[in-house]
Amino acid sequence: MAYSDKVIDHYNNPRNVGALPKEDPNVGTGLVGAPECGDVMKLQIKVNAQTEVIEEAKFKTFGCGSAIASSSLATEWVKGKTLAEALTIKNTDIVKELSLPPVKIHCSVLAEDAIKAAITDWKKKH
Amino acid sequence: MVNLPIYMDNHATTPVDPRVLDAMMPFLTNKFGNAASRNHKFGWDAEQAVEEARKEIAALIGADAREIVITSGATESDNLAVKGVAWMYREKGDHIITAVTEHKAILDTCKHLEKEGFRITFLPVNDKGLVDLDDLKRAITDKTTLISIMTANNEVGVIQDIKEIGRIARERGVLFHTDAVQAAGKIPFNVNEMNVDLASLSAHKIYGPKGVGALYVRRRNPRVLLTPIIDGGGHERGMRSGTLNVPGIVGFGKAAQLSREGLAKETAETFRLREKLRNTLEGELDEVYINGDLQKRLPGNLNMSFAYVEGESLLMGINDIAVSSGSACTSASLEPSYVLKALGVGEDLAHTSIRFGIGRFNTEEEVDYVSNRVIETVRRLRELSPLYEMAKEGIDLKSVHWATESS
Repeated sequence: MAYSDKVIDHYNNPRNVGALPKEDPNVGTGLVGAPECGDVMKLQIKVNAQTEVIEEAKFKTFGCGSAIASSSLATEWVKGKTLAEALTIKNTDIVKELSLPPVKIHCSVLAEDAIKAAITDWKKKH
Repeated sequence: MVNLPIYMDNHATTPVDPRVLDAMMPFLTNKFGNAASRNHKFGWDAEQAVEEARKEIAALIGADAREIVITSGATESDNLAVKGVAWMYREKGDHIITAVTEHKAILDTCKHLEKEGFRITFLPVNDKGLVDLDDLKRAITDKTTLISIMTANNEVGVIQDIKEIGRIARERGVLFHTDAVQAAGKIPFNVNEMNVDLASLSAHKIYGPKGVGALYVRRRNPRVLLTPIIDGGGHERGMRSGTLNVPGIVGFGKAAQLSREGLAKETAETFRLREKLRNTLEGELDEVYINGDLQKRLPGNLNMSFAYVEGESLLMGINDIAVSSGSACTSASLEPSYVLKALGVGEDLAHTSIRFGIGRFNTEEEVDYVSNRVIETVRRLRELSPLYEMAKEGIDLKSVHWATESS
């Protein structure tokens, strides 16, 4: 399979790899996918409770290059956005940005799910 | 320095040996005759070359040249063996026994016959990839006409107890076919010592050209008859019509000769390199697992799962090395390898498997380069893996409730 230059770039230089303290009240964690399916994404956001702006985002992903790139891109995009803005990110935006082939669309869906799951987790704490 | 990219996928195909190409060249140029032309020198030369090659192919497996039917490749050989026997002996019985880890050329042929009303038993394998011989004995009925079990598996390299299967088949009066594509030329393989009645072979797995294979069909004790699957001019004793691929067959013959003559040395060397690769990877990385039996295995095969690292992302990280993965993402079907599944390898680990196939032209420098690249890439991707992080925190991944439904 041929990868787009952007997928290769994110794979070689993933942005915002790491972990935030799960127990921190300002941190929301999204864990989506399953090992059996070959993709698991963990996306974490640190949110300013007053402004609801995402100040930090981290990810770790088990999955193919497109899954790694989708989640890396997702962390880039959510940083600096409010929760409401972050919720408008659609998987199709990710597909377009990374030029994902049809067989890899599920990677972008998972990244969108990860953003939503992280926000839901944060909201549960507030 | 090693030349990049490195080819270490010798179960998929092998490069043509330069000596094979040299043997073929005259038949791609001025010796272009049709081996079936019986009335001029062009035809005679072609026919003579084919018959010499046939002897070499036969010698590789301890057969007689008259027992070698040339085909377009092992898929055709498998089809001819299974359909040919099933149709020819339909009066005698309608039952065929095979195993779940066979190549698709066998499995899909059997499924085709199932639709025609044949009954097929797909034997399971144990966690080492081996067929249980008691299962086999129990599966045989008085309606069984054929047992088809591969000698060595193309994914995990596991070698079945062919000699014993052949003995059981002979004792019960059932014909025995084996797909010997990965085994012949790589390990000792003899149709008489192993009681094999039919065997599929392929040139391009033994450093010959693509597009040519053979089916060994036993002529005596018992004499095996086949209904042809291709109708036409009655070439190959009526079992496979079609103008012979003379340069391909000549190349196949040369490749068989080289494999036979160099077998002991080559087996020892590929085994030594495979063991070096295995020991280095196992020594440097935790949580790596060998898929399939380690002892009953092709000398050049290493199929290993690197837990918490998805196979396709690993391949992407070692993109100057050609190997294969059992990961779903690398297959057209998006299903992980059915062979690993049959061995009971969990889908989580199947997604992390890599098949290394060491062959004649791999060097020790290449093995060192490959192990270094794999080790550094696995380490890097594990830093990126939430599963590795969770495992290190002591979380049992099996106990996690994974949300497999997407929103």
